[in-house]
Amino acid sequence: MEFDFAEEQPKFLMLMYGLIAFVAVVGGLLLLLDVVPAWFARRREAQLVAASAGGAPPPRRRKPREGLFALFFLLPTLLFLIVGLVVPAIRTTVLSLMDKDSANWVGLRNYGWMFSEPSIVRVLTNTLIWVLLVPLVATAFGLIYAVLVDRARLESLAKSLIFLPMAISFVGATIIWKFVYAFRGEEQEQIGLLNQIVVSLGGEPKQWLLDSPLNTFLLIVIMIWIQAGFAMVVLSAAIKAIPADIVEAARLDGVTPWQMFWRITMPSIRPALIVVVVTISIATLKVFDIVRTATNGNYDTSVIANEMYNQAFRYGEPGQGSALAVFLFILVTPIVIYQIRNLRKQREG
Amino acid sequence: MTTATPTVGAGVQATAKKTTRAGRVRKRLNSRTATLVSIILALLWTVPTFGLFISSFRPENQIKTTGWWTFFTDPQFTFENYQEVLFSSSSSSGQLASYFINSLAITIPSVLFPTAFAALAAYALAWINFKGRDWLYIAIFALQIVPLQMALVPLLKFFSTGVTVAGVQVLPAWDLVDEQKFAQVWFAHTCFALPFAVYLLHNFIAQLPGDLMEAARVDGATHPKIFRTIVLPLITPALAAFGIFQFLWVWNDLLVALIFAGGTSDTAPLTVRLAEMAGTRGNEWQRLTAGAFVSIVVPLIVFLSLQRFFVRGLLAGSVKG
Repeated sequence: MEFDFAEEQPKFLMLMYGLIAFVAVVGGLLLLLDVVPAWFARRREAQLVAASAGGAPPPRRRKPREGLFALFFLLPTLLFLIVGLVVPAIRTTVLSLMDKDSANWVGLRNYGWMFSEPSIVRVLTNTLIWVLLVPLVATAFGLIYAVLVDRARLESLAKSLIFLPMAISFVGATIIWKFVYAFRGEEQEQIGLLNQIVVSLGGEPKQWLLDSPLNTFLLIVIMIWIQAGFAMVVLSAAIKAIPADIVEAARLDGVTPWQMFWRITMPSIRPALIVVVVTISIATLKVFDIVRTATNGNYDTSVIANEMYNQAFRYGEPGQGSALAVFLFILVTPIVIYQIRNLRKQREG
Repeated sequence: MTTATPTVGAGVQATAKKTTRAGRVRKRLNSRTATLVSIILALLWTVPTFGLFISSFRPENQIKTTGWWTFFTDPQFTFENYQEVLFSSSSSSGQLASYFINSLAITIPSVLFPTAFAALAAYALAWINFKGRDWLYIAIFALQIVPLQMALVPLLKFFSTGVTVAGVQVLPAWDLVDEQKFAQVWFAHTCFALPFAVYLLHNFIAQLPGDLMEAARVDGATHPKIFRTIVLPLITPALAAFGIFQFLWVWNDLLVALIFAGGTSDTAPLTVRLAEMAGTRGNEWQRLTAGAFVSIVVPLIVFLSLQRFFVRGLLAGSVKG
């Protein structure tokens, strides 16, 4: 029972260095931008005074250099983006065409491997199942709940409870659900909720996470549990933004709640609906933590992001890992382009 | 202050004036059913978390032999799980206090840097006139689609071996040891957060009234002065929204930490440690339950106390273009 606080001191020191660096960089930049132009302004004034005293025509006043200001404002962002994102992304694309030592060109062999190796094909199929199910179910639940809660009391409390999983890390959420799926032998008392329910209904307890392909669906439940709250909050805000007079007019016309939902609510919240589906789809394509924490990708549960990590950082196959990363990028791109075009249309319309 | 932000939940639905008595009754009934169903669903949604929470306070032998629902018939309560998982020095028990500090040390700078950089950049992109401005904004915006998986391998290489161009060492390796590795994680998180941060803050800053800037310019204020004295105070809600978003993201992140922080108690955050415990000690529920709550409690406090900002940021980031 001992925890030595003194041993933790270097960490706080490092944190302090980080904070000092932050103040120095940001403060320094602002100071620089303040002081240097002021100095130039003073010099120009002095020139003006000197010139007018000498009777010569004043030097032409130069336009302040906007571009230079912009450069300094943008400098840190551009630097970090180029070093940390642009160059590495290009480099990853190059690496995906090379062998495991990143020395020889292999053309598209890494991509061929991806679609011929049965275990990787399995990974791709799993990812497909994820990306089909999670956005659909999470959005559907979020929508139904948003409509329901709109007419309910204690609205904010109910919404908070559904939204809460968003604050929990994927790792934490996975542990929560692993506990639900926990297994004890038939002769023992069950400690997992799911097996307890199965047993009390007269069934036999199961090792849920070892049972393919059911385990993939059980992991998908975790993702839906997290994302439904997001869908609900966005859609609920969209529903509340529907102009009251439209709703009122429809009521006066005597529409049923069913018609109201399909003819008024759905068309009005269509843009928000698309955004929710797209956002959840992208998050699902990149899902890593859940699979890694629950099964580490074993028992046929692996997905692209998890396999990419394994190939690149555990098996020492940066070429194959990079190919998976590029494939992930290719999958995400059309979704995002679709969303951007949609938003633009919406703005113009 | 909130004019530039979409107001959430402000669109109050005008309550329909039902004239008929039957209609009024039906509406009340309707609302009662809706309340009941929505509350039941919300409670069901919370059951898994609640079960883990209850379990974290039960003695070890109880957790391992009986379900958490038996707590209500046979309540036994202890803080020992937390005590052990946080402070015990035996390596098998978690030592989470140490990892908790790591999480803090990773998260704070990883929130501050991108927020400040993005605010500066967003201001320049919105209010300084220079050539190629729109083009640059679109480029940064488009970077949002690059999955961070695309950057991991080369970025790790950048830290460990530096940059060599045609056999010449241009930049040295960072050669960081122990707690210095925090710097790598800060760097990585800052890079990955910037496209979204610039986009979100640009949305807010671009909506500030142009007259305000114009007046300041006429008075002779320079861009840094306008940024500090006019823009910064006005965009605090946006900064808060992004800050919370980024805080939750970094605190809850596993992938970036796994790659750039390493797995030791010197630098690894809570998520890495918990994922490891779930893998190797998957049946030590007395530690996992308490451990999971140690990691959940900070984001939960942040989230519950600042939910308003968070939701606003979420809506601004996703619904608005």
